[in-house]
Amino acid sequence: MQPSISGGRLKAPQYKDVFCDHVMPLTEMQAQVESSRCYYCYDAPCIQACPTQIDIPSFIRKINNGNIKGAAIDILSANIMGGTCSRACPVETLCQEACVREHAEKKPVQIGSLQRFATDEFFKQLDSEGKNKKTGEKPFTRAKSTGKKVAVVGAGPAGMSCAHRLAMLGHSVTVYEAREKAGGLNEYGLAPYKMTDDFAQKELDFILSIGGIEVKTGKRLGQDIQLDGLKKDYDAVFLGLGLGSTNRLGIEGEDLPGVIDAVAKISEIRQAQAKDPSGSALAKVPVGRNVVVIGGGNTAVDIAIQIKRLGAEFVTLVYRRGQEDMSATHHEQELAQKNGVVLKTWAKPSRILGDSKGVTEVQFEYTAISGGKLSGIGEFFSLKADQVFKAIGQKLEFSGLDVDGGKIVVNDQFETKMAGIFAGGDCVGPGEDLTVTAVQQGKLAAMAIDQKLAKSQGGKRG
Amino acid sequence: MADLTSVIAGIKSPNPFWLASAPPTDKQYNVERAFKAGWGGVVWKTLGEDPHVVNVSSRYGGTDLPGQRLMGLNNIELITDRPLDVNLREITEVKRKWPDRALIVSLMVPCEEESWKRILKKVEQTGADGIELNFGCPHGMSERGMGAAVGQVPEYVEMVTRWCKANTRMPVLVKLTPNITDVRMPARAAKNGGADGVSLINTINSIVSIDLDQMSPTPVVGGKGTHGGYCGPAVKPIALNMVAEIARDPATHGLPISGIGGIGNWRDAAEFISLGCGSVQVCTAAMHYGFKIVEDMTDGLSNWMDSKGYRKLSDFMGKAVPNVKNWNELDLNFQTIAKIRQDDCISCGLCYIACEDTSHQAISHLKATAKGEKAKYEVIDKECVGCNLCALVCPVHCIEMVPQKHNKPYLPWTKHPNNPMVAK
Repeated sequence: MQPSISGGRLKAPQYKDVFCDHVMPLTEMQAQVESSRCYYCYDAPCIQACPTQIDIPSFIRKINNGNIKGAAIDILSANIMGGTCSRACPVETLCQEACVREHAEKKPVQIGSLQRFATDEFFKQLDSEGKNKKTGEKPFTRAKSTGKKVAVVGAGPAGMSCAHRLAMLGHSVTVYEAREKAGGLNEYGLAPYKMTDDFAQKELDFILSIGGIEVKTGKRLGQDIQLDGLKKDYDAVFLGLGLGSTNRLGIEGEDLPGVIDAVAKISEIRQAQAKDPSGSALAKVPVGRNVVVIGGGNTAVDIAIQIKRLGAEFVTLVYRRGQEDMSATHHEQELAQKNGVVLKTWAKPSRILGDSKGVTEVQFEYTAISGGKLSGIGEFFSLKADQVFKAIGQKLEFSGLDVDGGKIVVNDQFETKMAGIFAGGDCVGPGEDLTVTAVQQGKLAAMAIDQKLAKSQGGKRG
Repeated sequence: MADLTSVIAGIKSPNPFWLASAPPTDKQYNVERAFKAGWGGVVWKTLGEDPHVVNVSSRYGGTDLPGQRLMGLNNIELITDRPLDVNLREITEVKRKWPDRALIVSLMVPCEEESWKRILKKVEQTGADGIELNFGCPHGMSERGMGAAVGQVPEYVEMVTRWCKANTRMPVLVKLTPNITDVRMPARAAKNGGADGVSLINTINSIVSIDLDQMSPTPVVGGKGTHGGYCGPAVKPIALNMVAEIARDPATHGLPISGIGGIGNWRDAAEFISLGCGSVQVCTAAMHYGFKIVEDMTDGLSNWMDSKGYRKLSDFMGKAVPNVKNWNELDLNFQTIAKIRQDDCISCGLCYIACEDTSHQAISHLKATAKGEKAKYEVIDKECVGCNLCALVCPVHCIEMVPQKHNKPYLPWTKHPNNPMVAK
């Protein structure tokens, strides 16, 4: 019998495909058939439901008429990370939920898959420098240089979206990223079965191909760079910071070995996969036999599915409220169940048991709503556990600006209380912490920065 | 259960569904498969004189709509490319094996009486039930003075029809080309020549598409293309109109008609029959889906007739003809108004934008203000002219056109005060 925590739970050849696409990309024929289902609505509800307001009926019509470039430009000019969003968006609560065919037949047009088709096929038309293989043209070009310099902190969806739009508008951008690779959660956070084939890095290359953007990795705000310094050296600063470590459970045994931050584990798995497509690094990722995941969001679902696919025998996701209260979408919950994850609701952890060798079990208390408030009902049960993943939300690890509810305060122009410092993405609130929202905020902030710089005289020329 | 027996121009078949003269009826093998499937008759693919013609490779082109292939089909195939005696032998055998089915032979020979005389004698010996004169083929044969080249000149139609009637005892159907200004002229000519009936429409002159890589019409034959004959669902409205014109023309009223053009199901067939057709001919639908479709055609027609209390085809044959009028006979006091069934509306906005951009600005648009809320569209009754466009574009059929009650008298243009020709 294998030890309670071990890598290599699968047979070596299985690792190669363990995180293959969970939604297969459409073939050309499928895209043709699916795109013909779009009614080309007026005042289309899908556009209203898209945080980046992509003109969805227009791009779908263009797919149907064989105009892939036009379709992709429609998508990317509204959302430069349309490729990632086509994979990562919870479309079932956004565009596809709003689709009139969802109302009519409970079968929405597969907007996400069509968006992926358009962007994937379009990227195939480009060479390694982002130029069209036939015409040599770049899909997005820069306006005449403004001579302005903008610093972007964080190379995630918000930061890179902001950087791209700023570059388009003629500004010169430097992106500072704390981690060793750019991409943020696209690279470190999204489930590997949603982002196969190193797509995050390919998309990043495409974004950078516009020119005028320099990315400096390994530069953490507060350590390697300081807000004051950036403010001095640049005409404007955009903060696209990610959230930090996972919130604490605040119960006994939380610091035992084997109690793990889900976000860190997801990142470890993504990087293991990125390191070696054959899966040899994935085979070394330690996986428990009995695994408990605590939380009810997409992060909880993601880690539960990944650890199950990597060979954990029993994976139980425990959430303190009911299934309908989980912030993981219904679709995500189903995906977890399809992968063999057991969902256990109305229970909260009360104690984690174990010793210096590791965790052995988690004790839970049943919960109920009483008097409008969630509380334990004094009855308990235990789950055997070799690994416990905490996925109960993350907090922002940043000080130096006004923070409210754990998020940086910005106005409707995404400017913080400190003039010239803008922010967007997961670090500002309130928000759903979606990739697509971050992209939109980065884009809008870039436009606000541009407006502001246009008004100001001179600037710090580099 | 309704009796589907069809008798037209003295030709009897167990149901009115015939396969039109075309590739599906070129050989004994195909025709027998069709009869096994339940087709009431076939018009054998056009015979000509030996030496037989030669066909090109790459013969069909199609028009697609999103989600639907072959709304239209065009072909540049000619008449049969098999020797005459092979066809005659097979026709004889098929008729012997399937005596209850209608077997009509389509013919096309040069415009000389001797040529017609020769071939008619041979066809008569097969035991075929009748002949159909192919005066419609718009490509390949017309350049040789046959097909549409004959059908476009009423004098020729009459002359050849007369030759045929003089030289055979078999019923003669004259197949008309739609590639003409007024289809009543060749129909009258056919009748004057003694035709037992007409069949229409033959295919329409067409180029279905241009291959933008090869810069050539499709179907592409070695980098080039040519116009071909268009058929399929797309041509049905043109065919219905031409059938109606002949049915209501006093000069040809009552002349048996075999209807052709985009018929793909029992409903299409019922429409042609309601305009006076005694049988209908099908090609594209069979080429698209195979012979089995006749099951639903016979079954569906029979069930519909039962539901309407029609016991035989003649109970509703031609019943729509009296209602086909000239525009100036329509009642200008009739008014219909669109009504949107809000419960079924999916808020796609297509009715709104169609009316707003291209019609009468008679639909209001109330935008959704909150997540989960739908935009609301409503008809502004006083602006609605009852054009039907909104109802036609609605993908879920939730717009109904409601005729408005009024006490005004019947008022055609011929009596309307705005008509300068009306005496004041």
